[in-house]
Order: sequence, then structure tokens, then C-alpha cells
Amino acid sequence: MTGGLQARRAPSLLSVYAFLVYAFLYFPIVVLLVYSFNGSGVGGFPPAHWTLDWYRQLFGDGALWEAVWNSVFVAVVAVTIALGLGLPAALALDRTNFPGKALFRRLVLLPLILPGIITGLSLLMLFVAVGMKLSLVTITLGHGTALISVATTEIFAGLQKLERAQEEASLDLGANHWKTFWRVTFPNLRVSLIAAALLIFTLSLDEIAVSFFLIGRANTLPLEIWSRLRRGITPEINAISTLILVFSIAMILLWYRLRTRLQHVEEARAPLVPASIEGETA
Amino acid sequence: MTKAAPLAAVSGTAATVAAPILSIRQVSKRFGQRPVLHGISLDVASGEFLTILGESGSGKTTLLRLIAGFEDLDSGEIWMGAERLDRIPAHRRQVNTVFQSYALFPHLSVFDNVAYGLRAKNTAQAEIPERVTQALAMVQMGEFAQAAPAKLSGGQQQRVALARALVNRPRVLLLDEPLSALDANLRRQMQVELKSLQREVGITFIFVTHDQEEAMALSDRVALLRAGLLEQVAPPREIYGEPETAYAAQFIGQTNLLRAEVKEGIATAGPIVWRTFGASGKATYSLRPECIRLVTESAGLPFANADVSGGRFRGRVRSQAFGGAMDLLEIDCGGANTIRARIANPGILTGEREFEFAATDAIRVREGEPE
Amino acid sequence: MYSRAYKAGVTIPPLLWVTVFLLVPYAILFCYSFWSVSPAQVILHNWNLQNYFQLLRNPIYVQVLLRSIRIAASVTVFALLLGYPLAYYLSFHAAKRKDLLYQLVIIPLWASYLVRGYAWKTILGSDGVLNGFLQYLHITHKPVEFFLYSPFAVIITLTHIYTPFMLLPIYASLEHIPRNLVEASHDLGSSSWSTFRRVILPLSLPGVLAGATFAFVLTLGDFLAPLLVGGPSGIMISNVVVSLFGAAYNWPLGAAISFGMMLLVVTLLLITERLEKRLVIS
Repeated sequence: MTGGLQARRAPSLLSVYAFLVYAFLYFPIVVLLVYSFNGSGVGGFPPAHWTLDWYRQLFGDGALWEAVWNSVFVAVVAVTIALGLGLPAALALDRTNFPGKALFRRLVLLPLILPGIITGLSLLMLFVAVGMKLSLVTITLGHGTALISVATTEIFAGLQKLERAQEEASLDLGANHWKTFWRVTFPNLRVSLIAAALLIFTLSLDEIAVSFFLIGRANTLPLEIWSRLRRGITPEINAISTLILVFSIAMILLWYRLRTRLQHVEEARAPLVPASIEGETA
Repeated sequence: MTKAAPLAAVSGTAATVAAPILSIRQVSKRFGQRPVLHGISLDVASGEFLTILGESGSGKTTLLRLIAGFEDLDSGEIWMGAERLDRIPAHRRQVNTVFQSYALFPHLSVFDNVAYGLRAKNTAQAEIPERVTQALAMVQMGEFAQAAPAKLSGGQQQRVALARALVNRPRVLLLDEPLSALDANLRRQMQVELKSLQREVGITFIFVTHDQEEAMALSDRVALLRAGLLEQVAPPREIYGEPETAYAAQFIGQTNLLRAEVKEGIATAGPIVWRTFGASGKATYSLRPECIRLVTESAGLPFANADVSGGRFRGRVRSQAFGGAMDLLEIDCGGANTIRARIANPGILTGEREFEFAATDAIRVREGEPE
Repeated sequence: MYSRAYKAGVTIPPLLWVTVFLLVPYAILFCYSFWSVSPAQVILHNWNLQNYFQLLRNPIYVQVLLRSIRIAASVTVFALLLGYPLAYYLSFHAAKRKDLLYQLVIIPLWASYLVRGYAWKTILGSDGVLNGFLQYLHITHKPVEFFLYSPFAVIITLTHIYTPFMLLPIYASLEHIPRNLVEASHDLGSSSWSTFRRVILPLSLPGVLAGATFAFVLTLGDFLAPLLVGGPSGIMISNVVVSLFGAAYNWPLGAAISFGMMLLVVTLLLITERLEKRLVIS
């Protein structure tokens, strides 16, 4: 649909504008990065002398590392929950038909569009009602719940790219649904699952809106940073923020590359599939 | 004009058969609001090569998928022997499919692909290598056992798909347009191989295609499907020589449809007149191009078979195209449409001159929606 | 061809989780909204509609709500002004660098909210980068106060956050426009601008609608940006809720406001969904 037409040279006004928008999007990131090396601290202009002091400070900061560890723990469990429930949900949406399917879809995807405060608060009320103390566990449950929608969306996209005929072939040859899933669907879905895991991991590490309400004694990294912010801005925060950003960017790029690799695999297979197979029901 | 003598029935010219291996009874299927199959009934004889022929949208692939178990029927029954097939889930049916896209597992070698079904049914480990090798040899892919499917050509993948299905010794093999992705020469070659393979293993083949030439070449019987209903079920010669409907006559091979008025044994379609035994009234006749002879040569002399009986008509030749054994002529005889004829070595006939032609065999057909 | 067992197996686990961790909490939230709090800080289960009336009658709340709507609308408009041209550039003029440029948009989309909000905080403050820069160039002689801790700061920060959210659906719908339509339009004598106005813009409306809904809804429910950069004059409705769950201890009222927000979001979603369907068909 998008191929075949040579992109015409853009009117220069548009190109400049596009550049400016990119500049706006990256300006704060660049500032953050630059000032994390700035000797004279967070504000002011121009940045004075170059230093690695702030990063050095980070390494000695015990509380921060504890928060990092907590965040990783939460993220790993959240990924497990999100994928573990997102996979059946995606299968249900992609494969089966049942009454109430539209409602099911809306329900599962709701946390994507609902502001985090609502998800966070209502979960808080649940935990209070059941008498569960707020802790990393509650944060994990919150992340898992909120991220099921991301998992479902990603895995659904991955399922759509699978050649349905392969699964039918597996059934046809005598393997039941369970065997078919493990021997045919799952191996072909692996890359999608890894990509989804990367994305969810990153989102969980950065999550703050829902976590805000579910925090107990232990802090996740964003919450630790938040509490420090209340005491005032320090360049150390710049440093850790930069590190977070660099890590997130790496993960996001990795996720994206994996996903587009799938697209190329699908396109490479295309010549072997006659055009009439798509959509023909006779 | 006479009708061709009825052929000896191969396995029944109707849709029913004695002791069928597969019996499709009143099967209907709809997708959402759209009906695709309307109460189809068809028996399949054991060991036959049956082709389900139809345009896209006719329901042929849907019918196949119902037999395989990838769709559930809305109404009707499918029986295999004494068992109700449609009640059995896909993976337990003794039916295997060769998919249009081959659907080989890319993460498994050719050997593992073929062995897949055997392993899924927990066949004895010792038996597997022998059976796989045998199946691959049957399709001449023995050397490729360790290859990755992605590295094979379309034709090679298709053979592996065939081996993968046959190794399981199904009672019925379903083939969903397996040759449509191949180029013309490879296709003809594969048609020959498929036919002899089927004879060799003796398994019932149900073959789906939209290519009528393919259907004619391969099948013991052809089931012509149109808009979810069976138009005609018959062996190739019969469906070609004695089409029951105008659609069948036009879909398979080429024909001229003559809309005639029959009165007391004489049929008149424009300038063409002939004797017939049909009932009086309006009727449609199918006249195949090769059933037209040239009566006069260009020099005005009578042609060799001048005593050929049949409906005579005169006309000018509008166009003439070389077609190998016969030329394809378009004759303008004053009627509504031109008559297409296939005549061997007629000489150049185009121009203003009128020639005389004879139509030797017209079959009366039904028109309209399938019943 | 999927048995009842299969269908049950894929729908029940996610449904169960979503029921326990989304539906039940929403139900609890709903119940709380009808209760009230006694002066002794005890939650009374005296079912009434007082909280909802309070929300609409109390001038402070109404004021904050109106401000929130204004901010959300502004952010949506700005994000559209920034996002649409960039999406257009990406879709029609990017050609070889499309993939790279697309990745450059994905990064700010998924990268940490907190980090980016913090970055704006350091930029806009009175000792921040922006003020420093302006003073360095002698454009101003003392710090401009309203950059930070104002609705202005909130709008800039949230525009920055939600422009990628706006961009992606617009980009998706632009990509869906068959290029031969554009060519046909040019062929028939229509200028670039005219083609844009009469062919491209209408066909991209579903994406615009989706992006605008996303941006508006998420901004309306945002509470982090106001806390970071909003100050007292930048408070939004979600901050009111946060304080009601914190120091101001009135959970029922907070629940009522949250539930009201939820109703608003769901209603908006349903409306835009219906609009989108009509747009796509026409």
C-alpha cells in the first residue's frame, strides 16, 4: 500500500517544521543528558565544567540500588503475569468466537486508555477491603494488571502474522490443540513473546502512576526518585535519570527491531503463498 | 443430430454411490450472515479421484475444510463409513490435507515435517524412519530429508507436503488447489505424477480446483460446485459431452449457447435449424466448437464429409486464429452472437464470402440457478 | 473447530484476573462514591448522592475541573499541531529514512514519564536551563517566574508527553491511504495543498480522532505533571483526588470524582468509536 511511489521532496517548510518537532521531543532528553555531566549542578546556562561526580555518587548510593533491585524484581514478575494472561487473551481474541467477545476485548484493553490514577486507586481500595498490606506485592499485582493490555495487544499482533495453515496442518496430522500450541504456535511466536517481554519490562521499570497508590515500605526506582524530588532537585537525579533513559532507549530499540524482523520474515514467506489464499472462503 | 451414447458408469453418475467411503449429507454452512453452502449432498467412492470444481466463492474450499474439520457445519452430516465424521475433532479424523500454501513447519527439517503426524500419534520409534523414507521416496524427495523447508522450491515443498500427508495412511486425502502456485509446465508434470501416485497408493483423493482442464485430466468424477450448490456430478467425459446445464457447458471447455424454439421435432435457433427429440417450447442448447464441420471448401466444392447430417447454416468468417491442431473461427451467421468453431486445416476463410457449416451435435441444457 | 474446553481455557484465566483486579475494584470504587466520611475519619456506609452533588456545586472543584478541561483541550490541540505535520512528513516524505525516523518517534513514546517530567522541571525553573539561557543572551535580566509552577508548565510538559501518542494513530491512518489516490488527485489537476485538504485530511480523520481521544483523556486524568511542574495554580482534578486520598482524607468523595472521570472517559470512548466507524465507512 505504501510502496511504489517515490517520496516527493518535501516542501522546505514542512521539513523544517518536522525537524523542529523532533527537536522539541528530544530537547529535554538532551538537556538531561548534558547536565548530568555538569559540574555546577542542574540549572543555569551554559553548563560549566565536565564531571563524572554525579555518576560516581550514584554508585555509592545504597538506597538507590535497593530501589533498582526492587524494580527489577517487580518487573520480572509483572512480565510473567502480563504474558501469562495476555497470551490466552490474545488467543481468545484472534482465534475463537464467543458471545460477549467484544465486551471481553474492551475489558482487557481498558487499562490502556484509562488514566493510571483510576486503576491505581481502585486497586488500592481492593487491597484495603481485603486487608492486604501495601508492599512490593501490591505494586507487582498493579503492574501485572495494567500491563496485560499491552501484552495482549503485542501478542495479538504476533499471532496475526502466523500462518494459520500451519496450525491447521498440525491438527490435521493428528496433534491436538495443546500439542499444536507447543510444537507449532509457540516456536513461531517466540520472537513476538520476547519482544513483548522487553516492552513490558521497560514499562514496568518506568511505571509510576499506578505504583503511586500501591506503595508500601519498599520503593521502586521511580518512586525512590520521586521521593527525593520532594526534597529538592539534585544533579544525582539527572545522572540516574540519564541512565534510566539510556537503558529504556536500548530496550525500546531492541523491541522494535525484533518486531520488524518478524515483518520481514512474513514478507519473505509471501511469494510461496498464492494471493488467493488471503480472504478466500470458497 | 444424435446424443452421444451413454458411457458405462464408473462409480455412478449421480451424487450417490454404493458403499461410499465418505458421505456428505445435506451440509450447509454460513459465515456470519453469508451462506456459503446450501444443503450439499455427495458420496465419495472408495479409491476414487474426485475433484470438486468451482469458481472462487463457490464454496469448494469451505467444503474441503468441513471434511478436514477446520470448520464446523451449521447443518447436515458427514459420515465416514459407519462413523459420524463431523462429530470427531480435526486431529482425530483419518483424513489428511495438502494445503494450498503447503504449510510446512519452517522450524523443522523435511524429515521432521513428514514424521510429525507419526510422532503426534505416538507411532513406535522404530517404525518412523522407515515410513518417512518410504514416503519421501514416493514423491522423489528422498535426498532432501535433512533440508530446511525454506530452502526448497515451490514444487519441492509441495511434494514434501504430499509425503507428510500420505505417510499417515489416511482413508481420504484432501488437496486444496495444491498446484495453483506452480508454473504451467511444472503443473502439468505434477498432475501426471499425482494421478499415478493416487493409482499406486489406492487412497481416495478429494481434489479442489478452479481449473477445469486440471479437473478433466485428473479425475474419476468431477463435482461441479456453483454458488454453494452442486451443479453436476459426473465423470469427465460425461460432464463434458453431456452437460446438464448451460453453466456446466460453459464452465468446462468452450461452447456456443443456442437459444432455440422447438416445434414438433424441429429446433430453430436463428439461422440454424436441426431435428431433435426434445419437447416443444423454448430450450437452450450447447454446441461445442469442435462439433461444427465445414461443408463447402473455399473453391465452392463440397467438402469431404458432405454427407454429414446435422443442422446446416451459412455464415461469413469474422476472424480466424491458429490454434495448433485446429483453427478457432468466429462465424457470423446473422444470429445474435457469433458462433465459435474449431475446424482442422480449413484454409483461410476470412473475408466477405459465405461458407456453409454443419453443426453435428447439440446438447439440450438447463439454464438458470442450480436446483 | 475450537472445542468448548479450548475456548474456556483461553478466556477464563484472563477473565478471572480482570474480574478480580479490575471489575471488583471498580465496583468497590463505585460503592465508595455513595458513602461519606464522618468527622471522626470513619467511613460511613450511608448510601447517598452527596458526593456527586458536592463535585458539581463546590466552586473550587468546578474551577479545578474547568481548568483541567482547558488544559486537556490545549494539550490536545498542541499535540495535534505538532504531531500531524510530523506524521505527514514521516508517511509521505521520509522514504529511505522512514524506519529510522519512526524509531525516533517511538523512543519518546515509551520512555519514562517521570524522567521527562523531571527534565522539564529542570528546564523551566527559575534557576533552570531556560532562564539561564535567556539571561545568558541578555534577553531577560531576571528569572521568568511563570515558566514553572503554572498551567503553562503543565501544558508544555504534557504536550511533550502526549505528542507521540497523537502521532502514531495519525501516522497509521496516513499509511493506510493508498498512494494511487494521491497520484490520481494530482493527475486530475489538484495542487498539493488541495489534495491534502480534500483527499488526505478526510481519510486521516479516524487516526486524528483516536489520537485526540487518547491525548485528551490521559491528560485530563493526569496528576503527575501538576505535582512536578504545576504548583498551586496548576492543580488538576486528579490532584484533588490524590489529596482526598491523602491528607484531606475523604475517600468517598475521591471515589466519586474518580468514578465520574471514568464515566466521562468511557462515554468519550464510545462516542469516538461510533464516530470513527462512520468516518471509516463514508
